[in-house]
Amino acid sequence: METADRHLLSTSVDPRLQRVQRHATEFHLLEQPEEWQTFEVFHQRRRGEHHVHVGSVHAPDAEMALVFAKEQFARRQQCASLWVVASAHIHSLGYQNEDMFATTTEKTYREASGYRLRHKIQAYKQSVQHESNS
Amino acid sequence: MYGGGYVFCEPDVHGQPDDPERLAEFEARIDRGEKIEPQDWMPYEYRRQLIRLIEQHAHSEIMGALPEGAWITRAPGFKRKLALIAKVQDEVGHAQLLYSAAETLGKSRADMVNDLLSGKSKYSNVFNYPAKTWADVTVIGFLIDAAAIVNQVANSKGSYGPYCRALERICYEESFHLKQGYDAFVALATGTKRQREMLQDAINRWYRPIIHFFGPPDNESVHSKQLMRWKVKMASNDEMRNQFLDAYVPKVLELGLTFPDPELRKDPQTGRWHYGDPDWAEFYRVINGDGPCNAERLSARRLAEENGRWIRQAIMNPQQKFTIPFA
Ligand SMILES: [Fe+2]
Ligand SMILES: [Fe+2]
Repeated sequence: METADRHLLSTSVDPRLQRVQRHATEFHLLEQPEEWQTFEVFHQRRRGEHHVHVGSVHAPDAEMALVFAKEQFARRQQCASLWVVASAHIHSLGYQNEDMFATTTEKTYREASGYRLRHKIQAYKQSVQHESNS
Repeated sequence: MYGGGYVFCEPDVHGQPDDPERLAEFEARIDRGEKIEPQDWMPYEYRRQLIRLIEQHAHSEIMGALPEGAWITRAPGFKRKLALIAKVQDEVGHAQLLYSAAETLGKSRADMVNDLLSGKSKYSNVFNYPAKTWADVTVIGFLIDAAAIVNQVANSKGSYGPYCRALERICYEESFHLKQGYDAFVALATGTKRQREMLQDAINRWYRPIIHFFGPPDNESVHSKQLMRWKVKMASNDEMRNQFLDAYVPKVLELGLTFPDPELRKDPQTGRWHYGDPDWAEFYRVINGDGPCNAERLSARRLAEENGRWIRQAIMNPQQKFTIPFA
């Protein structure tokens, strides 16, 4: 492998690889590669808006998680603030309880759109006008 | 960036059969156009194929950054250098987003990275070809990224929530890749005679890998129908290839450039593009390790892994345990 590697790198069109002088150690996979924690990232675009979940990063601690989050989620887009929280610290209701959000009960009394007045006012105005004409 | 050309694994006959009631519920959800989230029940094959697909997509982003990264120091002019650095950084960022999405399905990032380094995992074939001149970089930035967009836009309408969310962000960034690639491509196409020759040369070199990019024509197996039904596979390889040719062949031809394929033409009746035999045997040869740059790419990736080990170990907290990302 090693001799093959060296040969390859010196014939590469990549100048970075041409410069490499590899030592005669063989590449080996780590049996126990570095396992980092995951952190969920929340991004606030502008002051005054909510922080929105945008994804996750791997990091050894919260400080590094913020560095990676900045690089990953704030390098292009506008950003006012970032939060990270360890994925293990998220509590959720989970989808197995999803049906508790659904309801057969009429809920329009909770919503602004459930109160329609304009047609009543219109009808009232018309009837008043009708009366005054007759 | 990433192409089709993805070869789904054979169905696993040793897998546990799925609970028919839950399977029906799962399929009904997909039929309603709802997304599947990591905490949901999902069929064994759905999880297995998605891990492979997303992992391979992630590896392609990493390996795809290698041929272009090699040209950063030689990019002509400050503006092109800045654009190329930004693009390469985006591609590596895409890999991070995709690894996270794959992890929600239960395979750890360390395992994915090890499978890439050991040569077990595959990645997009197109990155096993060399970028010999600056013109190659403009062809990659324009045409390969354009092809990747066709594929990624299709996949972003799939059924798995975390993959779709990652792709949404990725597609947004890809539009800049395409634009900067087109800009550099047109600069050569409208430049001196020597520049045009250089560009034509690069197109000739990349034509076949580009045709290969979306993979061989799909088979009509029950297996691939199931993957379509589950919205893991969103369009056939031929459909995506046709969509790409339709949009981009005219953009190359209008600049007075040509493709090295006398059979390339659009059938006015069917609207389908016809192309000469692209030698699918070569496609399989390259994907199985015997392409012009497979060994070099893997070697470069291993070198980076070795060189970065000390710092990752220095900042590692040995008490830490991997946790599956939440969403
Ligand atoms: Fe890209
Ligand atoms: Fe990408």
